[in-house]
Formats: sequence, C-alpha cells, structure tokens
Amino acid sequence: MSDVVEKTLSALPGLFDNVTQTGAAKITSGLKQLIRSITELTSKHEEEKLMKQELSAMKEQVSSPNTSMKQMREVMVRAMYCEMLGYDASFTYIHAIKLAQQGSVLEKRVGYLAVSLFLTEGHELLLLLVNTVLKDLQSTNLIEVCMALTVVAQVFPKDMIPAVLPLVEDKLSHPKEIIRRKAVLALYKFYLIAPNQVQHIHAKFRKALCDKDPGVMTSSLHIYLQLIRESPDGYKDLTGSFVAIMKQVVGGKLPMDFYYHNVPAPWLQIQLLRILSLLGREDQSTSEQMYEVLDESLRRAEMNHNITYAILYECVKAIYTIHPKAELLEKAARCIGNFVLSPKINLKYLGLKALTYVVQHDAKLALQHQMTIIECLDHSDFTIKRETLELLFRITNAQNVTVIVEKMLDFLRGCGDEHTVIHLVGKVAELAEKFAPDNSWFIQTMSDVFSIGGDSLQQDVPNNFLRLLAEGSECKEEDDELRLFAVDSYLTVLKGDASHLPQHFLQVMSWVLGEYSHLQECVDQREVIRLLAKLLDQRSVSSETRVWILSALTKISEGQTDLILELAESLSSSQDTVLRQQAQELRHLSRDSQLQECVLPRGAPWDSMEVDSSLSFLDGFVSEALAAGAAPYKPPHQRQEELSEERALNLEPYSFSLPVSLSSCSITDRQSPPLLSVSSGLSGNSTELSQKEGSSTLILEGVRRVWGKDGYLPQKETAATAPPVDEPSIAVHPSGQQEVAERIETQPEPSTRNQDKQQLASSLFVGLGTQSSISLLGKSEAPPPRFRKKPRPHESSSSSSGTSERSSDSSSRSSRTTTDSFLYGSLLEEEPVTSTSTTTNGLSQNKHTEGDRRANTSQILGSDMVIVRPNTIQDRHPPSASSDLTALLPSEIKDLPHSDVISLTSDPSLSLASCRMFRDEALLLVIFICNCTDTVIKDVAVQLTCEELETASLRGNVVDCLEGKSTSVCHYALLMDEPHTNVSFTGTVSYQTQPGHTNTLPFSGTLSTVDFIRPLVVTTEEYGKLWLSLSHDVKQNLKLLTDAGGDPLKTTLNALKDALQLHVVDIIGSEGIVACRLLSGAPCLLHCRVNGSALAMWLRSPHPSLPDCILYHCQRALAEH
Amino acid sequence: MIKAILIFNNHGKPRLIRFYQYFAEDMQQQIIRETFHLVSKRDDNVCNFLEGGSLIGGSDYKLIYRHYATLYFVFCVDSSESELGILDLIQVFVETLDKCFENVCELDLIFHMDKVHYILQEVVMGGMVLETNMNEIVAQVELQNRMEKSEGGLSAAPARAVSAVKNMNLPEMPRNINIGDINIKVPSLSPF
Repeated sequence: MSDVVEKTLSALPGLFDNVTQTGAAKITSGLKQLIRSITELTSKHEEEKLMKQELSAMKEQVSSPNTSMKQMREVMVRAMYCEMLGYDASFTYIHAIKLAQQGSVLEKRVGYLAVSLFLTEGHELLLLLVNTVLKDLQSTNLIEVCMALTVVAQVFPKDMIPAVLPLVEDKLSHPKEIIRRKAVLALYKFYLIAPNQVQHIHAKFRKALCDKDPGVMTSSLHIYLQLIRESPDGYKDLTGSFVAIMKQVVGGKLPMDFYYHNVPAPWLQIQLLRILSLLGREDQSTSEQMYEVLDESLRRAEMNHNITYAILYECVKAIYTIHPKAELLEKAARCIGNFVLSPKINLKYLGLKALTYVVQHDAKLALQHQMTIIECLDHSDFTIKRETLELLFRITNAQNVTVIVEKMLDFLRGCGDEHTVIHLVGKVAELAEKFAPDNSWFIQTMSDVFSIGGDSLQQDVPNNFLRLLAEGSECKEEDDELRLFAVDSYLTVLKGDASHLPQHFLQVMSWVLGEYSHLQECVDQREVIRLLAKLLDQRSVSSETRVWILSALTKISEGQTDLILELAESLSSSQDTVLRQQAQELRHLSRDSQLQECVLPRGAPWDSMEVDSSLSFLDGFVSEALAAGAAPYKPPHQRQEELSEERALNLEPYSFSLPVSLSSCSITDRQSPPLLSVSSGLSGNSTELSQKEGSSTLILEGVRRVWGKDGYLPQKETAATAPPVDEPSIAVHPSGQQEVAERIETQPEPSTRNQDKQQLASSLFVGLGTQSSISLLGKSEAPPPRFRKKPRPHESSSSSSGTSERSSDSSSRSSRTTTDSFLYGSLLEEEPVTSTSTTTNGLSQNKHTEGDRRANTSQILGSDMVIVRPNTIQDRHPPSASSDLTALLPSEIKDLPHSDVISLTSDPSLSLASCRMFRDEALLLVIFICNCTDTVIKDVAVQLTCEELETASLRGNVVDCLEGKSTSVCHYALLMDEPHTNVSFTGTVSYQTQPGHTNTLPFSGTLSTVDFIRPLVVTTEEYGKLWLSLSHDVKQNLKLLTDAGGDPLKTTLNALKDALQLHVVDIIGSEGIVACRLLSGAPCLLHCRVNGSALAMWLRSPHPSLPDCILYHCQRALAEH
Repeated sequence: MIKAILIFNNHGKPRLIRFYQYFAEDMQQQIIRETFHLVSKRDDNVCNFLEGGSLIGGSDYKLIYRHYATLYFVFCVDSSESELGILDLIQVFVETLDKCFENVCELDLIFHMDKVHYILQEVVMGGMVLETNMNEIVAQVELQNRMEKSEGGLSAAPARAVSAVKNMNLPEMPRNINIGDINIKVPSLSPF
C-alpha cells in the first residue's frame, strides 16, 4: 500500500495544475486559490502578508448578510486551514456555532467540526452550543445524533454536563450500536472531566460492558480501565467477566469482522490484559483466576505480525505484575528474550522496556541478556540508548556504579534534548549519592552533573547536595574530608574559565566556599575572596547567583576588611537593590567584628539554628499598628482582586456585609474574573498560594537565624576546630575514569572489541549474579548508602529545603505558617472601621485557643456565628480495642472528637497506628509509634508528605529514644485548601535499633474531604443572604432514604449530618437547608428538596470544586446507608 | 489517551492537526515545530517511538509515528496506550484514507482537510480509540457522504422531499454478529 502512496505523493508538484481534473474534484474555489498561492510562496514573511489579506477577506465575507450557508461552509474550511497554520481566525468561531445551529446536516457537520477544532473546554462561546447539542441529541436523524455525541466527547463545558447527561444516558439503549458506542465514550469523557457527575450511572457502565455488541463492550473497557486504575478493589468481582471475555476473544468466538491480520480483536485484547494486570496486582486469589487465560493468550499469539507482539508485550507485563506463577514467569522470560534479540528495532525497544520493568522482580534476567544490553548502549538510535540507560539505572549497585554513571554522563554530553538531560541528570545525582565509592569520585560526579545539567536542572539536585554536605554523617572527620575535597575542586574550577558554567553550579560553589573554605588552611582566604569577586564582575552571572556569591563573601570576610570594603564600595552603586542592601550589610559587618562574630559564627552546626517562620515576634507590632488605625495587611492577590472589582459593575442589588470570616470568601468572589476567583475563593488562600511560591524560592533551612523576637539573636560560638589537613588538590579528571573511557571507545579490531565488551559487561553486571534472584530494588540488602541523610527535624520546612542565604522581605512574609495566614486572611478582612477591635481580639483569641483547645461544645467567634463541634463523631466511632492508644494523647487534644485508631503499618520492631482528630481549624493526624521490642529504639523520626494538603504544625516527630514496649505520639495539623474527594498521604519512619544502622518503615493512608468539613451554624436568614452571594453551584438528584416511619427528608438529612458533619439549618415542608464549611474556610450551602422519590440537591459555595467533593461524599454516604 | 494527532510533510508543513487536550494556540504551533524537529532528524531504520518530550505531558508522554513517503503521521499518547497498538492504528488510519481517496496522496489531505477530519473522527473520538476496523470506518464515512450527495441533488426539490430525506433512518450496516457467541455473564450489580 505504501508503495502506492509513495508513487502518488511523489507526483505532487506536477499535480497542481490539473487538480480539478483528477479525483480531487469538488474543491471549493476559495480554498483552492488559497492553497495554491501559499504553496507558491517562498518566505515566511510573504506567507504572513498573504494570510493577512486572506483573513480580512474572510472577515468581510462572514459579516456580509448575502453569504449563503454553502459559502459559509467553504469559509469555515478555509478558517480551519488558517488556524492549522497558526493564524488566528477567531472571528469565525461564532459563525461556526451558527452553522452547527442553523444549517442542514451538511453544514452542521462542518460547523461541529470547526467548533471542536477551534473552541476549548473553557471557551465562553461554548455555552451557545449547548442548545444545539440538546436538539441534535433528540433528533431522529442518526447522523445528527452521531455528530452531537462526537462533539460532546470532544469539547463540552463541564458545568453543562447535567443538561445533556440524561439524553446521552438514554442513548446507551439506542438500537444502533454505533450510537451506543459513541454514547459510552461520551460518558467516559464526562467521567474524566467531572467524575462526580456520572457517579450515579456506574450501573449503566456495567450494562454497556455486557452489551450484545462487542464493539460497545470494547468502548466500555476504556471506562473500566480508568476506574480500575483508580481503585482496583472495587471491581474485583468483575474479574470473572473479564477473564470470560478474554477467553472468548482468544478462543476465536468473535465474528470475522473483528479480526485484524488474522488476530481476533487485538486492541480489545490489549485493553483486557491491562485491566487484568491491574486487578491481579498483589492479589493472589484474583490472579489465580487469570493464569489459564494468560497462558492461552501467550500460546495463541504466534509471532507473525506486529500486532501479536503488542498482545505478547501486554501479556508479559501482566504476568510480571500479578501474583507470580513460576511456570508463566518462565514463559514470559523466554518471550522477553525473543523481544530483546529481535532484529526489529521496535521490538528491541519494547524488549528493553520489558526488561526494565522486570529487573525489579528478577535481576537475573538482565544478566542473561547482558551482551545485548551492551550492544544497545552503542546503538545509533537515541531512544534505544535512553531506554538502555534507564535499565542500567535500575540495576546499579555499589560495585558497578562508576561504570554506569560514566556511561550515563557520556550519553548526556552528546545529548541535545533538554527533557532527557534533566531526567537523567537527576538519576545520576541519585546514584552518586547512594553508591559513591569515595569522596573525590562523588564531588567530581556532582560537578559533572551541575555542569551538564545546566540551568534547567531541577532545584532539588543542588539542594540535596548542599544538604548532604551541611548535615554530614556521624563521623565528623569524614564530613570534613568531603568538604575539603569540594573546596579544593571548586577552587580549581574557579581558577579556570568560569564564564560558561551554569548558575546552579556557581551557586553551589559559592556556598561551599563561603561555608567551608576556612577548613582548607593552605588556601589564602584572600585568594578565595578574589575568585568570588571576579565572578561578581562577570556579565553572565545572574542576579540571583550574585546574591549567593555575596553571602559567601560575607561569611569569609573576616579579617580581610580592605578587600571587602573595596568590594562593598563598588557594589554600593549597583542597580540591583538587593545587592546594594547586601553590600551595605557587608560593609557594616566587616567594620564591626563583634557583630560579625554573633551574626555569622563560624562553623556553627547548621541544625542549631531555629527559624521563627511564623514571624510571631512581629505580632505585637502588628496589633499595635492596627490599634493605631493602620489598614490590615492584604496579600497582593487580594489587592489586585479588589482593584478589578472596583472597576467592574456591581450587579448585586445590595452588597452584603457578612460577619467575620465569611465576608472574605463570599462577595469578593462574585465579580472577579474567573481566573482570580479560583485562586482566591477564600482570602486565606491567597496567602497560601504565595506561600507555595515562596517555598520554591525561599530556603530557610540552614540559614543562620539572625533575627528573633528580641532583635539580634546572640549565638554562642561553637567553631569547629578543623584538623589541619594537607590534601593535594584533586585533578579535574581522575585518571581511573579516563582509563575506563579509553577502554570502551578505542580498539577497532573486532576480536579485541568483543573482548572489550565482555569486560564492560562484567563491570556493568557485577554484583548482579551473586545476589541471584533477590530483587535489587528495595528488598535486597544493598550496602548501606554512603551518604546517609539525617532525618529532617521539621517536616514543614522540608519543602523549602536546602541551604541558601536568600531571604527577601516579601518571601519571608509569605512563609508564615499556614495557620497564621489563615487567621490573618480571615480575620483581617473586616471593614476597617470595625476591624481594630475584632481583629486584635480575634488574634489574641486564636493564639490563645491554639494551645488550649478543650472540648468546649461551642466556640463563639466574633459576632453571632457559632461553630458547633461535631459531637456525633465519637458516637459513630465507638472506642475499639485499640482505644488504649488514645489514652496516650497529649492532654490538650485528648478531648477532641476523634476517629478510630487505624493500624498503618508495622515491622518487627515498630508498629504504626493513626487516628484523626477533628479540630475546628485543622485536622489533627495523630501517629502512634509503638516499640514492639523490649529494647530501646533510638532516633525515631517521622516524615509525612502529602502534596494536596498543607501541614500547618507538627509535634513530636523526632524522638531521641523510645523505650521497649512503649509508645510515642506525634501529630500533624493538616489543612485542605483545594478540596479533593480523597487525598492520600505517605511517609516514612526512620529509626535506629543499633547505633549506625538506620531502618526506614514506609506508611501511607488516605483522608477524605469529610475529615476537613465542619458544620457551619447559621440562622436561616444568614443562610439566605449567604446563598445569594455564592457563585459556584452544582445540582444533582440523590437517593432519598425511606426508612420505616419517619419523614424521608429528615431521615436522609440526619444520615448526611451524621456522615459528613453538616449542620441542618432548617427543614420547611419538603425542603431542607444544610450548611458546612471547609475547616474554617469556604462555606458550602446545601439546599435539599424532595422531588418524587429523589432528593434534589443544590449546592453552592465560593469554591469551585468544593460542591463537587461534598456531593460525592453525600452520594457515598447515602449509598452506604 | 491520545493527546494529539499531527500530520505534517517532510518540510514540517502541517497537513492535519488535531488536539484532544487543551493547548493555547501558540503552544500548539510550538508543539508542531518541536515534534517535527524531533521526528524529522530520525532515520527510517530506527524505532518508531520517541519518549520524554517536555511539551505535552512530560515523562508520561511519548510520540509514536510513521513516515509514509512525504508525510509524517505522529500520535502523541500517554502511558495508557500500547505502543505497537497505536502503530497499527496509524496503519489502519492510513489504509482507510487510501481506500476513501483511492490512492491517497498529500494533495488529498491538503484539499480535503475536512474529509480527513471526518474519517479521523470515526477512528478516534475525543482521544479514545473508537473503531479499528477499516470496513466499519469506511462504512460510517460513506454513510455521511451519501447524505451529502442526496442533499446536493435535492437542493431544488420541494420542501416535503427534503424533510423526508432528513428524517429517514439510515439503515444500519449489518455486522453479522452472532449474539449467542459472545454471551458475557456479568454478575448481578452490587448495591453501590
């Protein structure tokens, strides 16, 4: 076939003149003209000129009333062409919608196509399409229905899904299979963009799965693949069905229509295999159900066509994913061998991919194919090389690390693709940190990483490296040796030409020199200062790097007043204000040696510094200023928002001034542009956003604490007296590595070359054979990493990791802990007139309650807004067998409502359990660490990570010493800013059973929105006001609980109240109003009405996604009831 | 999911662009340029997969492409798609084009961009593979084309006739499916 294509395509240039005579007959003149003139052009400039003309001609044509539908159709195609070339034809968008609306089938088709190409999900014009789609979905013309379904699956406004959902649902039982198929895919699309909206029709998906037409069933597998990927446990019952389908497909029960190159429904098989592997993962009984069909599938797939390899590949992956069965594994391994050894390059690639996946389970397999892998390393294909390195990365151990890292660096030097570089460089750094054989190799490798990685390098690579240097290990001498190596090698680098070096590398070097150059006694400090000052003069150095360099200079300036003053003088006229300020500081410090001593004590351990990140020492100042009538602080977002609000027309009949915190999250939201309102649905949010930004730039850890509550913090001198070490400076290229490189690259003769490859193989795969079948990742007893990180003491500061001196005023302000910004955000938002009293009260009150939150049943905030504690929770979770653990809770939180204690994980020495405690302004996640042994466990440190949540505070996550059979408690206050239906957290506990032997124990768990919802007590009147002011709403019909006796509405609302901590405000007749809020933030109001046998739920909130989340949990709660 | 389908010629001139995920206009053009840059420098004897571009989905995305004479057919997909499966899907798509245009050439794609889109819509819908059977795709497209012809012929006909055509229910292509063969038993629905 491709020959034919080639033949025709090669005739392209000659065809232009007789296009009309050949098959391409019905080209509309305008398009033909346009294309012809475009192909004649030679320069981009001419093209632009022509397109400008063309677009203005089109503009004229579309706006003319005489343009017929047919002409409009032609214009649309031209517009598509222009858009494809990247020219803006947005003036035609509205006409595309009109065409879809008013035209006949033919025009509709063009219109819909244009709409789906031009408009994107959020486009405002899309709303105009909704009615057309509705009409066409109801049409009796099949083609119109098809077109409507296609466009719905392509682009449809999320908020309007409920409008078309019933119609699309109906199409699932349409007599024509093509319609059913498209409807299934449209529903899948809905599920992807708004999962909560289609929650109730999961049963229909099952119906689609057992549709009599295999095509419809195939479509429904898209949905199931996604659903099962999200939660495999919910669909284990379907395993039998999937296996049955697979059996029938493999057994050739499908009609011939479904065969492709004599393979029955290959794409269907691929989908099914993926589903099966997800279902069988870590589940023996489920896996056992599928062994037979997998075996059959392997057997049937004869290697004869591309597509059978696709099936085989999925089959092999499935076999290695599910619970292992020796016989199948053996067959799969043989299969992988066939792939790897195949002369077809695509199969080789897949073979390598499969190997990469499989070495986690069975490292021996890589050993079998070592020679092929070596060959692939030198393959001309970039993709193959990259995949091979990925494989090598997986099998790296302490013995082969130097060879593998060398290979990776070689590849990186010749690689131009930025993404690949960033990706691989991170891996090299990881390997170097884990397996470095000695100091000089480590420093050298990291230097390579920094210079190759360039400025696109991920920030955490230099951060980790610097932390490693700063924290060190237990042995001080070793640490100092490493630091000395670093200092020496960086001095060598800086003495050369430093102008081409990436900024990250310069920053790392200046930090290291600033911190540790004093360790190297044989180096003149003046020389170091001169080198750094030289860097400052270079034009290629960014202003951020300059700040790093200046900080380094500040640290080593002691005793070199003349040089420093000169430098400070030259910088005092700099354009950059930050630099100027630093120069000024530098000058002052160098004049006052006593001050210098206390600000920058030399060699003070990095972790002795405390950073008051909440800036609590400023509280007094703030409240004084407020009392004196100063305007409360508003974060930049909010200020901007208010400005835009002033400019916008006020469409509200009255503006409501709502008491306390609610005011912030209600009215401001209404008229602000959509983008802004998302980020500032809640005033507290804006500060947190800026905090997130701040965390990427502001790195507090390792910064000496200079300012404290009482001004300067005097610090005692703990200068490290480094033993005078006389190390020879390290050459930039250690000779050993060069040898390796030579050994690989030279030798043209085949025989020696072969030998060479053998040698390379033995150095690459060393350490693999001895460990035999033990998996390399995780389970094996790898030698303890050379550079071990100490557990970090502060989880909250871990995001702002690393060691750096940068601290600008704005970013440090944004790094207040989240709780604080929450309080500021919600309290300082009051009207200035009343604010003075309430805010100060509020502040002090909140500070007060922070430490002492007893189980008051209610707490009155400001005016008449009362928050009722969820006292139902305790009843819901009766104290279980593990309740003895709750007795260990600290007294100040002991009385809070809490959930059951759930066991998280355990190993022979430690067991972990968690418990959720519901505080008004945060969720407290309490983690119990029990020592199961009789011996003492030392240095227990807990790290918790959860991307979606904010950690506001924590307590007791580091325990120096845990006695035998005792339990320690640590707790985290978690905040949810962005509602997620479920969030998962992960973490690790590291501990030492014997000195110097650190174990880690990972754990994970999930939290749901429900944990972060608190009842909101308002009166019916306030509810009404608030309702009007909220912008985002969602409507949905829910199941109505009809228990014997009782009013169904009441029963349902009570069930919801119990499950979700809602507050039922009022029930009038068949309607009920309910209110809740996300912690102390955004409210969500629910309006429920009995509608036949269903409960019509209408939710409103200032936060766009909160209603969806709450709705989801309501549905869950009612379904479980 | 398929994130985008790009067809361009050996000089990087786009011939058909279809995105299934939102990208701003200038970003789209950048993706086209970069993809062309990546793909065009590869020999014909290397593998048809490219990984790790930074533009579309980061590391979770790969390019799967085929080169036919003057045209590159590039599918940008995420990790949920099978590499070889997509490779054959491209083949199916091109064969279908070949069948619909009777020896397809680059010119057909240029002058009948809309028709190519219609064909593509029957293969991939909203980023999901809809149909992989060539005959079925061709049948669907022809069904629509017949509509076009009949409408063109009837443009001057009385309104009654037009409406008759519009409301006709087009016969479904028989698929010869023996329903009894694939009798899938799904357990009764759980209460959830």
